[in-house]
Amino acid sequence: MSWKRTHLLDIESLSAEEITTVLDTARAFKAVGERAIKKTPALRGKTVVNLFIEPSTRTRISFELAAMRLSADVINFTAEASSLKKGETLKDTARNLEALNADIIVMRHSASGAPHFLSRVVNAHIVNAGDGAHEHPTQALLDTFTIREKKGRVEGLNVTILGDILYSRVARSNIWALTKLGANVTLCGPSTLVPKVFERMGCRVTYNVDEAIESADVINLLRIQHERQRQTMFPSIGEYTSLFGLNNTRFARTKTDVLIMHPGPINRGVEINSDVADCPRSVILQQVTNGLAVRMAVLFLVSGGQGPQEVG
Amino acid sequence: MSEQVVILSATALERALKRMAHEIAERNEAAKEVVLVGIQRGGVFLAQRLGALLKEILGQVVPAGSLDVSMHRDDIGTQLAPNVHPTVIPFDVTGKTVVLVDDVLFSGRTTRAALDALNDFGRPQRVQLAVLIDRGHRELPIKADFVGKNVPTSLRERVNVQLKEDGGQDIVTLEKL
Repeated sequence: MSWKRTHLLDIESLSAEEITTVLDTARAFKAVGERAIKKTPALRGKTVVNLFIEPSTRTRISFELAAMRLSADVINFTAEASSLKKGETLKDTARNLEALNADIIVMRHSASGAPHFLSRVVNAHIVNAGDGAHEHPTQALLDTFTIREKKGRVEGLNVTILGDILYSRVARSNIWALTKLGANVTLCGPSTLVPKVFERMGCRVTYNVDEAIESADVINLLRIQHERQRQTMFPSIGEYTSLFGLNNTRFARTKTDVLIMHPGPINRGVEINSDVADCPRSVILQQVTNGLAVRMAVLFLVSGGQGPQEVG
Repeated sequence: MSEQVVILSATALERALKRMAHEIAERNEAAKEVVLVGIQRGGVFLAQRLGALLKEILGQVVPAGSLDVSMHRDDIGTQLAPNVHPTVIPFDVTGKTVVLVDDVLFSGRTTRAALDALNDFGRPQRVQLAVLIDRGHRELPIKADFVGKNVPTSLRERVNVQLKEDGGQDIVTLEKL
């Protein structure tokens, strides 16, 4: 097993073996976070730029802390404070960052494919931190890491992704990662938000929420992105909650060892009931901890060179 | 298949380890303060075997841990990202005599990284180095305290250490590249 990539742009192009390499590497980095000294010199002298053209707090903070724990220097760059507002192109912005000797650019952008574009025009390593509705690879890797950690495996598990899937990059990256590792993925939600076309990605689509959650080993809930013109997609938030929300009644019908996951931020009382969010089977906060380890592993792996591994 | 010469047979390897265990016991009289830390991957099994041998000699348990040094290497960016293995040191190293164990001592860079990595776990009283094979070509001022076998090599050769814990049999060979 070895990792030869210098970017992490998406999950779709990764092999199952490459995904497993990231997860194994993340396990070693998670142990670092549990020690008295939570820092390693792995990326000492490197510069990581968080280029967040679309606002984000949790992912940016997670990447920022990951880079700091690897002893890299970190610059945070947001759209509001940047020259993009003054009419500079993305390519020029990235080239300017590179002129400052940035080694890794972690990028969030509202346009799908923006990190792929950047990887072709600059020499820095590019890590996709979410591009439009396309992919959010590190979220899928941390979700998969959490499932493997809790269940001991991914292959053969029934994973249900419930909620707003249409424009969800989290759902897309998760579907790729989980199906590549052999899980059975079921998508569920209002038909307007879960089109049948997703079945082409190798998963199952159902609109029967009870059936979708009863056989699930893992339920990954996605937030209704009501800031993205959701009014036209279903009648009301209240109706969504009553038809698809994970409330106590529905939760009582799930497997006794089901894992409840959510990429956050959670909307209590909408897609998930407070009791369920805080119950022992909910691993929502452990996902945050694991996200740090996975991002350390990704920053570390993409920094590798192309020469043979040396021993001695 | 390139040319291979056997450096240590299974029996010779076992004898070398036994002698090293006796040397470790001899050098460290206050043996209860000695702990073993194997460097991933080859050093881990050797540390466990030395631990078992030392237990026979001293009549008390000498704990063995494992250390991965990939996060402390100085060559990320010039070579492929390493495979990171778990670091498990289930004891406090502060105040102890830590014997670092590795299979092959070559440039000394792994040992340098291991000394750094060990620092993150505490402050040992002293650190000693035990290696099964010392093949020379040091690039840093590092010397082993306990050596299974000194093997003069050329840079166009490779030392292969195969241990039975990985399946197969114990054997050390020198291969011409």
